[in-house]
Amino acid sequence: MCRIVEVGNCPRQRLASAARRVPYPITSRSGGPCRGHTPITSSILHLFWVSVGIDTKIAPAILPTKKSIIRVYGFLTVHLLHGDAWRLTRPILPLRADLLQLAGTGVVEPRKSAKNGTPILAPFLASPGFFMFVTPSTFHFADPLPLRSGGSIRAYDLCFETYGALNADRSNAVLVAHALNASHHVAGRYAGQDKSEGWWDNMIGPGKPVDTNRFFVIGVNNLGSCFGSTGPMHVNPDTGRIYGADFPVLTVEDWVDAQARLLDALGIETLAAVMGGSLGGMQALSWALQYPQRVRHAVVIASAPNLTAENIAFNEVARRAIVTDPDFNRGHFYGHDGRAETKPKRGLRIARMIGHITYLSDDVMNARFGRALRHALGPDSGAAAQSEPGAAAFRYSTQDVEFQIESYLRYQGDKFAEYFDANTYLLITRALDYFDPAREYGGNLSQALARASARFLLVSFSTDWRFSPARSRELVKALLDNRHDVSYAEIDAPHGHDAFLLDDPRYTGLIRSYFERIAVGQTREVAHE
Amino acid sequence: MSDQATMEAVARLVPEGSRVLDLGCGDGALLSHLRENRACSGYGIEIDDANVLACVRRGVNVIQLNLDEGLAIFDDASFDVVLHIDTLQHLRNTEVVLQETARVGRIGVVAFPNFAHWPNRLSIARGRMPVTRRLPYQWYDTPNIRVGTYADFELLALRNGLKIQDSFGLQDGRTVRSLPNLMAGTAVFKFSR
Repeated sequence: MCRIVEVGNCPRQRLASAARRVPYPITSRSGGPCRGHTPITSSILHLFWVSVGIDTKIAPAILPTKKSIIRVYGFLTVHLLHGDAWRLTRPILPLRADLLQLAGTGVVEPRKSAKNGTPILAPFLASPGFFMFVTPSTFHFADPLPLRSGGSIRAYDLCFETYGALNADRSNAVLVAHALNASHHVAGRYAGQDKSEGWWDNMIGPGKPVDTNRFFVIGVNNLGSCFGSTGPMHVNPDTGRIYGADFPVLTVEDWVDAQARLLDALGIETLAAVMGGSLGGMQALSWALQYPQRVRHAVVIASAPNLTAENIAFNEVARRAIVTDPDFNRGHFYGHDGRAETKPKRGLRIARMIGHITYLSDDVMNARFGRALRHALGPDSGAAAQSEPGAAAFRYSTQDVEFQIESYLRYQGDKFAEYFDANTYLLITRALDYFDPAREYGGNLSQALARASARFLLVSFSTDWRFSPARSRELVKALLDNRHDVSYAEIDAPHGHDAFLLDDPRYTGLIRSYFERIAVGQTREVAHE
Repeated sequence: MSDQATMEAVARLVPEGSRVLDLGCGDGALLSHLRENRACSGYGIEIDDANVLACVRRGVNVIQLNLDEGLAIFDDASFDVVLHIDTLQHLRNTEVVLQETARVGRIGVVAFPNFAHWPNRLSIARGRMPVTRRLPYQWYDTPNIRVGTYADFELLALRNGLKIQDSFGLQDGRTVRSLPNLMAGTAVFKFSR
């Protein structure tokens, strides 16, 4: 399935006038309908617009009467010729090509260089009432991926989503790396699904801090995950059996290698920025070290150069909770279809509860739950509980949910155990534990960061004790030692580690300004060429 | 003290192409000026959120730190010039930060309000703490917790073994070289170890 960006609530006249203001001259050689290309018919046109996700009621209005090129959101450049024949050039993805062949077009020839990279629909996508609907894509990689462990993954799929349009010189791509429990669904929402917003939808989208009217944002689901990319619930091509616990152990570096291959497939040589929080921040940092020439900016949020002993300890408790769950069955708990037959939910719940405690701060937990009782205001406690909170309403039970915080943690645990995979949890926490770029430099982080050439933005949050500001400052120091360009903000926020996913105007404002600078820098570079 | 003339007076003390650390860099205007007019590179240190944002907006490297916690993050002699423009008077550990400045930079440049400027003296003589354009605060709400003079700084520099390479006063954007302790609202010192 190809990705879709749908234009909603766009007045027909405005789209039509956009088409008339197409900024490029015609690039057709013949000046007329091109040889070898199917003359347009209404059914083909319909199929095409559907394939790129444009509302077919609106789409015909985009057809200009003059010769021109129009850029459509997605990977495509569409050449429109005289309004009676058309062709598509250089769709990057084979799956996209399939779709277009389905639509009866000839897909040929690389795109001619367009000088202006501004997507034409941008002004409309920023207008109020616009929804960004997205669908994930999957890319299959047939070449084995060598892993840091010495093993390899023979063939694999990566699930990803993209937002915004890649500009003509392919310089506006931003890769967003996800943390422990997230996925490629970074922003936008799925058509027909309410509350399906991506995990960083407050940060990324049209007109948002990372503005998809300017940037082409890519979210990738990492290998070993449970949201579509190849993971423990899939079949090992070497054995014909489900991987389960035999899925190779992965590192942050392996993920970055896999992401780099996806960028190759998308035809993106250099990233305007790579960005992530927590474990995602580690990937952003690792990008700057593994592929220094491919990263212009690295945005590393609420992250660390490695995990402390305490942090590994939390991961270990979570892993033991999963592994000792009788339903874990040594990691082989899937049926033939890859679905979990006996899901180790108890272990997953406890793992998630521990995680949740460490993602919040003492202050925010006290503010939100305090010592409030779960049933303090319930029918069986009555007025006494309200007049003497904490005394009269006790149930004097060791097993029941007594305090609000218990209820919250159990709820979070239950929710998580439903959708997350136990083997994935083990793999991802292990990748966290292993990450330590300074290790091969005898622990010298400054030496480890010497090879980076990106500019860095680091952000930490004052009450984050899982990835504390002190850890970000270690990174800052190592970058300063190397005279790398770096800016660092320490946001005084009460929300602990979770703050990196929340809206704080100081934080979002900073990211917005930083990305505006990136965009300005690009314009300047283009101007200098 | 953000007016153009003052900024340029300070900028002239910074050699072309220097690697600069600006302690208390505010909105990054000086660093931006040094980058564009004197081919300097470097970083600003700032504690205030709004200023950090302003620096990012300008594309100036900025590190959000509390200077009172020291400059441990910076290596010895890792900068050509360390700037202290209207920062020193806000610090609790003034002397420590000054020593740190000398450790981190080859050259230090300090500018701060001179409390011995004659209108201030007049005000004190009348029995009141000065409130002027340069020192617009009341005694009870001033962020200037260190009240020092041009002459005081000379002594502090001496005490810490710093070599004063140049010093002058600034008043209304003009350099004051005669009787700066009396005639200038701002004291400027350039020193090295």
